[in-house]
Amino acid sequence: MSRVGEHLLRELAPQVLAAVARRYGDFSAAEDAVQEALWIASQRWPHEGVPENPRAWLIQVAARRLTDRLRSDSARRRRESELTLELPPEQQLAPPPDTEPEKEDTLLLLFMCCHPALTRTSAIALTLRAVAGLTTAEIANAFLVPEATMAQRISRAKQLIKKSSVGFRMPSAEERGERLAAVLHVLYLIFNEGYAASGGESLQRVDLSSEAIRLSRDVQRLLPEDGEVAGLLALLLLTDARRRARTGPDGELIPLDEQDRSLWDRNAIEEGVAIVSQALARGAVGAYQLQAAIAACHDEAPHVDSTDWPQILALYGVLQRMTDNPMVTLNRAVALAMVQGPRAGLELLATLDGDPRLAQHHRLAAVRGHLHERASEPAAAIANYQAAADRTSSTPERNYLLLKAARLRERAPTP
Amino acid sequence: MKFMLMMNAPMGDGEWNMKSWKMDELKAHVGFMKAFNQELKRDGVLVVAEGLAMPNQARFVRASLKDNSPEITDGPFAETKEFLAGYWIVDVESPQQAYDIAARISLAPGAGGKPMHLRLEVREVMSAPPVEP
Repeated sequence: MSRVGEHLLRELAPQVLAAVARRYGDFSAAEDAVQEALWIASQRWPHEGVPENPRAWLIQVAARRLTDRLRSDSARRRRESELTLELPPEQQLAPPPDTEPEKEDTLLLLFMCCHPALTRTSAIALTLRAVAGLTTAEIANAFLVPEATMAQRISRAKQLIKKSSVGFRMPSAEERGERLAAVLHVLYLIFNEGYAASGGESLQRVDLSSEAIRLSRDVQRLLPEDGEVAGLLALLLLTDARRRARTGPDGELIPLDEQDRSLWDRNAIEEGVAIVSQALARGAVGAYQLQAAIAACHDEAPHVDSTDWPQILALYGVLQRMTDNPMVTLNRAVALAMVQGPRAGLELLATLDGDPRLAQHHRLAAVRGHLHERASEPAAAIANYQAAADRTSSTPERNYLLLKAARLRERAPTP
Repeated sequence: MKFMLMMNAPMGDGEWNMKSWKMDELKAHVGFMKAFNQELKRDGVLVVAEGLAMPNQARFVRASLKDNSPEITDGPFAETKEFLAGYWIVDVESPQQAYDIAARISLAPGAGGKPMHLRLEVREVMSAPPVEP
């Protein structure tokens, strides 16, 4: 199937699903039927051409699948569908009058798939299937688990939605903020998964980062006034812009300060900067906007030495007052070290030792190693790099840390 | 996050002396493992589960110091006290979830149909997204 056709199918998937689910009131069965319809389209459209109204075509095929299934289900179900069979077929399966696609369908599905009642891994899997229109095989492949396992994960998530009071409706005004935050978090996690896989043998795998950006764009189109939605989209664009520069030919990590900045994607940077500037100008600053603003500071510096560290430090300060996340303190320590020297950074890091969320985290040791290295304390740097290497569960990161330690050992043998 | 759960069984005449188990005991053990793996699959967490052939079928292999050809030593190996009987890889939300699964496997029934309380080694599989250094 051509890229255009594939793109169109994925674009239409949530609209078709929402229409069918709304008509039949059974999200789980509708979701299966839509997957089948998408598959049939992917087989037929390349030969027969894309139908005049692809959305209505998909709805009709999915609806037929769904009624077929209902018909072959239990005896009770059979009796019910026999009733519907008395209707003339055109009436049963007629697509709805092709009104403007429900504008908020994608959003409604995202709220449901990212419901806080689901575990994050199930929410990710369900979002990729029901909203992004990926097949179970593609999702399984992206997460390197067997297809049967992923199928179960998705089906469990759908059962949970069925049993719970999640419901196929927009969240109420009072829960909306929390529910939108859950959606943004899931999109962020999907992006990170893809970003991790971007080095090495990823050609066969669906690009999850692009999927996350595409979905974030959809959400931003639907909620153009929301600063945090814009913030997330900008953050993803500004992070993704550095993708080609962040790993070497063998998948080895290249830190920000050593990256070849000519490889950064100028268009993505321009777009991300524009989006975050616009959002910040509207007020109601949030964590994603601040992180995007920080990413923009890095991305806009033509050379590492022209990075506006005082500005980054100030932004981390604002972020720190907003969240209770020790990772923010950690990043602020890096910025502080760039402005006031490594000693100041190390002093700030010392405040994190008592925090159980971070005390054993590899990133604390890694940053400490980096600051000790900058403070010309190779022995402490080596010990921290090695401690970080012990704790990380990312292979490229472990290799990077071991290499840092080895380089220091060879340069200045420790007592 | 993925974890590998390695089920180590004691060598020799310990509880793992499967060859002396009664039919019912063997059936109960195999049934437990099958049912448990099914459950892991249903829960959407199972990546792979494999049992390994008996330790007396194991071989040590290395490149010979003379000409790098494969140098093969037959098992079992007198110095080993435990052997790897089987392993699982599960994809879970947290380390605790992996530990809980390991503890369930540890209850696999052995002689007399009683839980063996075998010890599993739990190791994270390197697959986390790297953080930009």
